[in-house]
Amino acid sequence: MLNLLWLVLAFPLAGAVVLLAGARRFTHRTTAAVGVGATGLSLLVALGVLASYAGRHGEVVTQTLYRWIAAGDFSVEVAFRLDPLSAVMLFFVTFVGFLIHVYSTGYMHDEPPTAFARYFAYLNLFMFAMLTLVLGANLLVLFVGWEGVGLCSYLLIGFYFEKDWCAAAGKKAFVVNRIGDFGFLLAIFMAFKAFGTVDMAGLQAAMAADPAAAARWATPIALLLFVGAVGKSAQLPLYVWLPDAMAGPTPVSALIHAATMVTAGVYMVARTSFVYALSPTALLVVAVVGGLTAVFAATIGLAQNDIKKVLAYSTVSQLGYMFMGAGAGAFTAAIFHVFTHAFFKACLFLGSGSVIHACGGEQDMRKMGGLRHHMKATYWTFLVATLALAGIPVFAGFFSKDEILAKVFAAGAGNLHGYGKVYLVLWGLGVAGAFLTAFYMFRAVYMTFFGSFRGGPEAEHHLHESPGVMVWPLRILAAGSVVVGFVGIGFFGPRFNLFERFLHPVAPGVEVEGWHAGPALEVGLIALSVGVAVAGILLARRFYFGPDAGAIPARLATAWPRLYRTVANKYWVDEGYDAAIVRPTNRLAWWLWKGLDTVVIDGVLVSLAFFTEIAGDLLRFVQTGNVRNYALMVLGGAVAAAAWLLL
Amino acid sequence: MVMAVFVVAAVLAVVSALAAVSHRDPVVNVLSLVVTFFCVAVCFALLGAHFLAAAQVLIYAGAILVLFLFVIMLLGAPQTANDEARRPVQRTAGLALAAIVVVGGALLALTMQAVPPAAPVGSNAHAIGTAMLTTHAFSFELVSVLLLAAMVGALVLVRRKQ
Amino acid sequence: MMAPSTVHFVILAALLFGIGAAGVLLRRSGIAILLGIELMLNAGNLALVAFARQHGSLDGQVFVFFVMAVAAAEVAVGLALLVAIFRKQQAIDVDRLAIMRW
Repeated sequence: MLNLLWLVLAFPLAGAVVLLAGARRFTHRTTAAVGVGATGLSLLVALGVLASYAGRHGEVVTQTLYRWIAAGDFSVEVAFRLDPLSAVMLFFVTFVGFLIHVYSTGYMHDEPPTAFARYFAYLNLFMFAMLTLVLGANLLVLFVGWEGVGLCSYLLIGFYFEKDWCAAAGKKAFVVNRIGDFGFLLAIFMAFKAFGTVDMAGLQAAMAADPAAAARWATPIALLLFVGAVGKSAQLPLYVWLPDAMAGPTPVSALIHAATMVTAGVYMVARTSFVYALSPTALLVVAVVGGLTAVFAATIGLAQNDIKKVLAYSTVSQLGYMFMGAGAGAFTAAIFHVFTHAFFKACLFLGSGSVIHACGGEQDMRKMGGLRHHMKATYWTFLVATLALAGIPVFAGFFSKDEILAKVFAAGAGNLHGYGKVYLVLWGLGVAGAFLTAFYMFRAVYMTFFGSFRGGPEAEHHLHESPGVMVWPLRILAAGSVVVGFVGIGFFGPRFNLFERFLHPVAPGVEVEGWHAGPALEVGLIALSVGVAVAGILLARRFYFGPDAGAIPARLATAWPRLYRTVANKYWVDEGYDAAIVRPTNRLAWWLWKGLDTVVIDGVLVSLAFFTEIAGDLLRFVQTGNVRNYALMVLGGAVAAAAWLLL
Repeated sequence: MVMAVFVVAAVLAVVSALAAVSHRDPVVNVLSLVVTFFCVAVCFALLGAHFLAAAQVLIYAGAILVLFLFVIMLLGAPQTANDEARRPVQRTAGLALAAIVVVGGALLALTMQAVPPAAPVGSNAHAIGTAMLTTHAFSFELVSVLLLAAMVGALVLVRRKQ
Repeated sequence: MMAPSTVHFVILAALLFGIGAAGVLLRRSGIAILLGIELMLNAGNLALVAFARQHGSLDGQVFVFFVMAVAAAEVAVGLALLVAIFRKQQAIDVDRLAIMRW
């Protein structure tokens, strides 16, 4: 069964090819059958592979398809690697991916057949690229998947490319990601230069064999890899593309911009954890960037009125948590949060899609309200996922977020690498972020589902629960948001943390030595994080629930108008980038066009043409029309040629 | 004896060639050229190319120059008027180039090593015909096509439009 | 008295060629130009035959025969052109044929 691993990738690729080829002829039914069928088969094969892999206790299985590049002593094979880390990713990527494909058949049903087929072709292509990224056994194959998901992200963000702002959002995502990809590429080059291989296993072995070189190169390689992760996983300062990416269809936001692609950065850090483990500096940078992003994005989320924007900033914030965990050396905890986040965030996005579907495309929460009476299933699943995200116990997000916070606190208290104070501050930020998260998520819940409908009687008439193909994925994901947390309960010690035990062979994590939290402290920490979450929920209830909902925030906004506008306008980061980078670049391009290209390059060409013309104007007088002149020239030429040959 | 014949033929050839290109009456030009061609034929004979000597007399002196005469008579033996611009540059450059060709050719000839001629080859019509139809068969066919094309071309050029 | 060598024949050929070239370059009459060309071709023939004897090969003589054929073709076309030109402008002065220029 394990040697069928390649089939997991082959099905989505085949689906994408068939759909792209037949986009003009397929009906909705055919397209849905091919698109969902390809992902479903991929999921089945993946489950089979994972079932037969389950008994192997963390062994690394490599499947080599063929030699891709062979140049001198540089050789790269197209090879896939199944180990506990990629197994986790393989499971939830295919599982969540399949559910979102099913959901999409309902959500995108009003699209014309060609657009419908195009949508599923891109989505299948994305599955292929994401699985390549996850299963790639060396950095180059991983990079191919990395670029592939970037391409699909671009295509799907700009899916409604007739609208200028959608096309612009796609472009923005692509360009910002390129900055990160540049760092990733440099990291690959550097790894090859330093250790002569880009294969994961080979690289790990080479670094183990030569500790001196490993110590010298670990920090630059790790930091450059992290530049790639910052781009792909939307961290400070490259997070700006992700909120704009909400221009794409909502299931795309759920699959690509919440559950799978954006977590690729975290996955990559965990995949190369053997590099990070050697570099305290790189770990610190990862943790600080993650912690800052977690709180920064959460504060922006407080003042957003677009339901998808709230979720987008929430995603940025949660990705920050993952990096904070990874930066504290707890790669397993980071991947655990990736895993649980995939379920509840996909559920939230799909739920918001269901809401948007019901409201006829409206995304502004100020024009919603009271929807729980109209769409019960959507409401309950959304609520479950929100509780998971807020970190309320028994829901999945509680376990993973708490695990991260506990590890960061341990790193701080145990003075990891001597940066204990920094980690303690980061832990404080994480707790504050947990409060903000609970607040803004329940703000969204109250504004959307409680109170009375504010979108006008016409729209209220059209409110309806979504069809079964959309609701069932929601139910399954909501159930997942409850149960998947139990695989990684850290409280009773490592023996009961199945997730960590499973992943330990590939991403062992950096042990904090000389410090252990007693049970009392652990309970205290958990109580604290649950307490802030509940406090956030209660504050949101106070602000946005009841007869005077929204009155207090409105008063606060008038009391501190400047602060409110700064947050509501996302700290003017986009405007700042626009002024500092985009417009100077445009101006430079304009100057290059008008100055260099038009004047210098065109000038050279035009003057060349001008001198050719002048030369022709002068030389044509040689053509006298007199036969004897011509004869003279012919004889002169013959004599000259003879002289040249003889002398 | 042979040398004497050559010297006489050469001097006569050069003198009549000068007359052929410089005299203003075209009839005189053509008749002088006939003399030159006869002298060249003599040279051919001296070189052992008897068949070519005969062909020279028959084709050049007999056929080609008669054709010239025929055309001159047809066109009424026009005299070249001297009323137009003399084109001094063309004149000087032409003379200079001709002189360079003569002097250069002579100098080249004089620098050649005085290698005695190889054994004379049989130069009868039979040998030339064999060579022409075996070794040079392709060129022979090409020349026949060329002659055909020239014939058609000449006919087209002189045809009067109705 | 010695027999004339190849050198003598080549010098004679050079002289005839130069005279022919001068005729082509200096005369304005189309007929004189054609005659000059014939003279140049003959000079070439003479040199070919002389060299053929020098090398003991028959090929040079075959070439001469071909040159004669080409010369005949050239004269036929050239004279036809002259006739056509004469019909058009009642003269064969090539300096008056300068319409094909800038």
